[in-house]
Amino acid sequence: MPKLKYLGNVASLQLNQKRCIGCGMCVEVCPHAVFRMENGKATIVGRDDCMECGACAKNCPTMAISVHAGVGCVTAILRGAIRGTEPNCDCAKSA
Amino acid sequence: MAQSQPELQEVPQSDPLRLGADVPTAAEPRVADGGSEAGENGGSEAGESRCCCSAVKASRREIVQSPPSTNEPWILGTLDTPAGVVPRVDTRLRLADHLGTWRVRWGIGRMRYRVDPGLYAVGRPTAESPVLVSANYKMSFDKLRSQLAGIDAWVLVLDTRGVNVWCSAAKGTFGTDELVGRVKANRLDEIVSHRTLVLPQLAAPGVAAHQVKNRCGFRVVYGPVRAADLPAFLANGMKATPRMREVTFPFLDRVALVPIELVRWAKYAVLLAVVLLLLAGLGPEGYSWRRVAEIGAFSAGLLLAVYVASNILGPALLPWLPGRALSLKGACLGLAFVAALAGAFLLGLGPTESRAACLGWGLLIPAVASFITMSFVGSTTYTSLSGVRREMWIAIPLQAIAAVAGIAFWIAGRFM
Repeated sequence: MPKLKYLGNVASLQLNQKRCIGCGMCVEVCPHAVFRMENGKATIVGRDDCMECGACAKNCPTMAISVHAGVGCVTAILRGAIRGTEPNCDCAKSA
Repeated sequence: MAQSQPELQEVPQSDPLRLGADVPTAAEPRVADGGSEAGENGGSEAGESRCCCSAVKASRREIVQSPPSTNEPWILGTLDTPAGVVPRVDTRLRLADHLGTWRVRWGIGRMRYRVDPGLYAVGRPTAESPVLVSANYKMSFDKLRSQLAGIDAWVLVLDTRGVNVWCSAAKGTFGTDELVGRVKANRLDEIVSHRTLVLPQLAAPGVAAHQVKNRCGFRVVYGPVRAADLPAFLANGMKATPRMREVTFPFLDRVALVPIELVRWAKYAVLLAVVLLLLAGLGPEGYSWRRVAEIGAFSAGLLLAVYVASNILGPALLPWLPGRALSLKGACLGLAFVAALAGAFLLGLGPTESRAACLGWGLLIPAVASFITMSFVGSTTYTSLSGVRREMWIAIPLQAIAAVAGIAFWIAGRFM
């Protein structure tokens, strides 16, 4: 089965290596092996594989990573576009 | 998948674990996510409103939790612990559990399919046994416990509003606040002698591991993506292989999503089918119910067939359909349907239709297949929000134009 790849050159993932302390959490939590440790620091090796789940940014203790995470389903995006808000579907309602 | 709102610096709370004031002192909001401040409807992890003050209040709110119900067929009995009585959970799934999974796969009652949050036991755990953390969506809970045969462990079930791990993590409900609150509410520190929590890896979008340790003294270890790998993970000293940490999207996983996809737009598909059914009565000499019964039934049936086929073949054939954008894959699928339809027409099958009507189908079918396949992005495990936005920005206008033009030609075909 050919590996499933989505659109390239769109990911909002950013890594500030100056802040990276090499803890390796990003490598541990990423579901698509986007990061690898090289010379004691994290590097992005699979930017186009990033699905913007936000796990890396959430678990980076020095806030070296940023990514624009959000609900990525068509219903949510359509609703968001119609209402002028961020995407939100009716699943996972917090209230 | 929504990122939780910015986690602001928490004011140190009273300190029952005597940890000292080891609270993170980051001055800026943790999330460097442009989308989450403005209009985010997601709500905070505690389900409060979005303003920064209430976020701090929410994180100070303690969880008041009643003990989980023991009146469930999958509870074998109870276990006495220093912090109270804990239900012991069966690791075998019954027919009712399998039927429940099947039912929610069809979207029936899936927002109400939950177990009580709280602490449970699998096997006969002791103070040294690992603590595994779960969402309270019953399917997640079932998938976890069914992999724990022969294992002694504690299972801490969070209140994720009956939503699975990955979605609730993205939303923030499977979050740091909920985890810390649940650990404290269940007095976990009195039950286990170690200070480790094993979380599913897909909880990571919602949980800041470094903050959990500061706030309740337990350190987070991310377990494998799949519960099936848990026994090996635990036996291996809580070490995961790279394969255990990677999310794939194999055929069976894709096809498991077909029922919910069928249900998703079914209302609109049926509506459009009924519209075609009734419009088919139009003709140069006026309205004819005979035409409704013949051409109308055929047209409605064809539309529903395209709807169903797109929902099945789009996911099933995903890696082999051309292009990376799912709307493109769907359009190609639609063109294949049109080719098959043209072949059937040439063989004399189906009613005689004018060229305008055929052109109409030639536009409408790829539009429907493209939209349906594109709509699968929300269920995939690899598409990014940025990519979906870009794809939709281009694809939706094209699908809309093709669909409207297709229906227009088809209507014109009534009079030819």
